[in-house]
Amino acid sequence: MQKKLILDSDLLDITISRLCQQLIENHDDFSETVILGMQPRGIFLAEIIHKKLEKDTKKSIPLGYLDTTFHRDDFRRRQTPIRANETRIDFIIEGKKVVLVDDVLFTGRTIRAAMDAMIAFGRPATVELLVLIDRKYNRELPVAADYVGKVVNTLPTQRVLVELEAQGHKQNKIWLINKD
Amino acid sequence: MSKLSQKHLLGIKDITRDDIELIFETADNFKDIINRPIKKVPSLRDVTIANVFFENSTRTRLSFELAQKRLSADVINFSASNSSVKKGETLLDTVNNILAMKVDMIVMRHASVGAPHFLAKHIKANIINAGDGTHEHPTQALLDAFSIREKLGTVTGKKIAIIGDILHSRVALSNIFALQKLGAKVMVCGPPTLLPKFIGQLGIEVEFDVKKALQWCDVANVLRIQLERQQIKYFPSLREYSLYYGINKKLLDGLKKQIVIMHPGPINRGVELSSDAADSQHSIILDQVENGVAVRMAVLYLLAGAKG
Repeated sequence: MQKKLILDSDLLDITISRLCQQLIENHDDFSETVILGMQPRGIFLAEIIHKKLEKDTKKSIPLGYLDTTFHRDDFRRRQTPIRANETRIDFIIEGKKVVLVDDVLFTGRTIRAAMDAMIAFGRPATVELLVLIDRKYNRELPVAADYVGKVVNTLPTQRVLVELEAQGHKQNKIWLINKD
Repeated sequence: MSKLSQKHLLGIKDITRDDIELIFETADNFKDIINRPIKKVPSLRDVTIANVFFENSTRTRLSFELAQKRLSADVINFSASNSSVKKGETLLDTVNNILAMKVDMIVMRHASVGAPHFLAKHIKANIINAGDGTHEHPTQALLDAFSIREKLGTVTGKKIAIIGDILHSRVALSNIFALQKLGAKVMVCGPPTLLPKFIGQLGIEVEFDVKKALQWCDVANVLRIQLERQQIKYFPSLREYSLYYGINKKLLDGLKKQIVIMHPGPINRGVELSSDAADSQHSIILDQVENGVAVRMAVLYLLAGAKG
């Protein structure tokens, strides 16, 4: 198994700062904006970005978690059902500008499921997507991210591993893994 | 692991503690979903489920049907009273005919013990036992334990007394298995004629005095007197049963401690449970009904999700 480092801790900090700046440019005072982290792994990135945005803008921004398990299109097509996680959205998303946050954009199917799951809570004014890693050439659905940390060319057989301190890892590191 | 150890849910006896805990975790999510404005998820949209009821049921059938519809499954209902069973068709033929119409899952209630186990040997579809005679009623036991866990935080270490007609109850046996697997202490209480002879060998306490049982327990699961199953007289009269085993508010107030009152329904008010006890703050009877939908959604989801 080969591991290649895509982003180290310093580069990741710079990338996250840039993503936050881009959000600030587009969302003015964040009065109508809510952030939804995607379960299970997108929530850590969402928390980091949320904390930084609140610090930079000195505004309180609603943060929720969205689980897509029951809206996935691969149910009964995989050996075992995916374990569900908590959805926690204790604010109104109707009419808001929603920013969906996930760590890796791959086939786009999770994002489709997320939009389906989100609609159950109301009709947002706009929905944007922020991802840390955009895996190029692997999309199976017409989905594109509005804010991208880094675009990586990958093969379907490869895997992107995101290790964040918030998830209990020693250092923030993002790897590309070759399965052989 | 996020998969049940079994392909069917025939009884609590066959499943593991891990299975029960996985069902509970999944049911937590579904309970959240059924309390939202939009209560439906598309998970089972390509699954067809037949509810085959050879015995009467209101709550269980409605609860299953609602759970299936909340998961977007296609549902067909079959009840024996207006079917070809009356014309002499066998159980296996009836079910095979239903399956020939491309049905993926069967939820079955049958008056004979072991009917779903027999089917499981002969057909490929997933089977959920919704009650077989006086044997097991697994989803009821799961929702009972889920409701205790919700009310008291945990089932492990709690004392649960099952009071009433144990002999004719499928709820009792499934409850005993489920509660024991989750590490609870279990007692059965009722008149000696309504307790099965060797029930003590399951490793549970047996008590004939309802006051002592209530004094001992954290939760009292009160069962209905199943008159329709009693071919002979097991006690002199309902009035006498009610005097000796009926639970009322006065009895509960005299305990000097809080206990939880449960009942799987339908309640015979004034027999095993008086109205002032059934409607008191001790009672979680309607929570049980709500949890029933979430727990059944979890069972359907987990069984349907495993391939093959």
